[in-house]
Amino acid sequence: MVGLTAALRDEDYLFATYREHGYALARGADPGRVMAELFGRTDGLSNGRGGSMHLFDTARRLLGGYGIVGGQIPLATGAAFAIAYKDAPGPDAPAVMCLLGDATTNIGAFHESLNLAALWHLPVVYVIVNNQLGMGTPVEAAAAEPELWKRGCAYRMPGQRVDGNDVVTVRDAARTALDRARGEHQPTLLETVSYRLRGHSVVDPARYRTADDTERLRREDPLPAFRSHLIASDVLTDEAASQLDAEAGKAVAAAVDFADASPPPDVATLFEHVYATPAASVYRGLPGDPVTGGEPG
Amino acid sequence: MFLLGEEIGVFEGSYKITAGLLAEFGPRRVRDTPICEEGFTGVAIGAAMMGLRPVVEIMTINFSLLAIDQIVNNAAKLRSLSGGQISVPLVIRTPGGGGQQLSATHSQNLEVWYAHVPGLKVVAPATCADAKGLLAAAIRDDDPVLVLENLALYNTKGEVPDGEHVAEIGRAAVLKPGRDVTIVGYSRAAVIALDVARHLEDGGISAEVIDLRSLRPLDRDTVCASVRKTSRAVIVEDDWLSYGTGAEIAATIAEGAFDYLDAPVRRVAAAEVPLPYAKPLELAALPDAGAITRAIRETLGGH
Repeated sequence: MVGLTAALRDEDYLFATYREHGYALARGADPGRVMAELFGRTDGLSNGRGGSMHLFDTARRLLGGYGIVGGQIPLATGAAFAIAYKDAPGPDAPAVMCLLGDATTNIGAFHESLNLAALWHLPVVYVIVNNQLGMGTPVEAAAAEPELWKRGCAYRMPGQRVDGNDVVTVRDAARTALDRARGEHQPTLLETVSYRLRGHSVVDPARYRTADDTERLRREDPLPAFRSHLIASDVLTDEAASQLDAEAGKAVAAAVDFADASPPPDVATLFEHVYATPAASVYRGLPGDPVTGGEPG
Repeated sequence: MFLLGEEIGVFEGSYKITAGLLAEFGPRRVRDTPICEEGFTGVAIGAAMMGLRPVVEIMTINFSLLAIDQIVNNAAKLRSLSGGQISVPLVIRTPGGGGQQLSATHSQNLEVWYAHVPGLKVVAPATCADAKGLLAAAIRDDDPVLVLENLALYNTKGEVPDGEHVAEIGRAAVLKPGRDVTIVGYSRAAVIALDVARHLEDGGISAEVIDLRSLRPLDRDTVCASVRKTSRAVIVEDDWLSYGTGAEIAATIAEGAFDYLDAPVRRVAAAEVPLPYAKPLELAALPDAGAITRAIRETLGGH
């Protein structure tokens, strides 16, 4: 996640999955507003309307958070279409990064989108974040071609697989792919292989995993590994690293405070943000209200 | 603004609606797509999120089912999910309707599924003027608008205002005033209803014909005001009876004009079968002038 966002430029666009909280923060979304959105409060990024799976921050070109698996892939392809529609390729042109999970490579929208991107030469990088599990289904049980980076071959799209736990390798591969996208309007399929430490969601006790597996994965956790690497390379001292941890802790606490202090949206605003253009006869009854003609707006 | 769709460019459109446009505007603005409704509809939505104004042709509403997730879960909801940060100024043009012996999967009227969804707008021109006016309104609208066309209406000839002509979304029209009964329809059904009403006039029955023009938002006021005047209502629709658009109009009338009704609200809708290929079966399954006339006479107490 850090590697991918480090490769993105400010003018690039990012489409994520529902597992997008970290990406939102890494793109510079205000932590308080992210937390407030998770809490469903009025000061959330989406005024509490979207929630955990739907973080949007257009100022930072984070174009969602998506609950329907694969739903974001045609959209990201369309954003790339818009870029190509407006401007020629070039070293300073924007590009689109589309994140998706390993299991998502099996859905129709993935294949239709990659075909369109390759056929129409669109500036998009599709990044498969392969954590090796759907909810509980391993990659090989779902994909006839489990080397997911090869699945672009059917569209003559270059593919690459990298170690998702090596943040520098991920960043470099992403940067190369993004530059190929912006400079040549050539899309890429980039697979980063990692794993998921916890269950699929807060209600998943992950019984499909053994205790040994979980223990092994914890030992391979890239975060403490990279910290040690930076210290060993004299990029960071132990004290500086601890300082960063403390600052992060403070930022999270401040975000929670901000979110706690923000009220939930007023029920009177229930019908806001549904339509951009006012129209006659829009019906705004609450459950059980007598049906009227509706009002303009 | 640009166009996307299957066979709209080189082939000039399956129903020739886009004939000449590729030659005039070029392949950047008139883009032929592969057969991938979900993919190209999603691409159009993504482009709209970025400020372009795509007009997508889905060859028939039957094929829109391939794209229904993108339409219902993205186009209709992105503005809401983003708290207003994003809008989707998308137009989807697609014809519905049967009666040309294209059989069950090519003859459906599924617009009520889209009319059901908040965040979408659905318009349905029945006249040539509205074909221009409602499409113009849809393109200018910053929300996703489904423009329901109709295969049987494509060859209609009629007056079309020159120059800028933008109709109003969310407003029904009284095609013919009357006193004895209100006939409500949209698209092909409204055209047949008007024809029936004109014939009935000769026989002394004064029918008022309402063309809904817009399924979402739905102009309930115009419908109820008419029934409060006539006291009787017959709804004509090409979709299947159960859970169709008429069910919504009937409920609306029951609530908005209850004390004025002299007869139950009737619906003339398609028979509930996958539309058969054989011509006599197809004819029997679809509403026609005869069925509408019978329903009106029964509503008026057998006149």
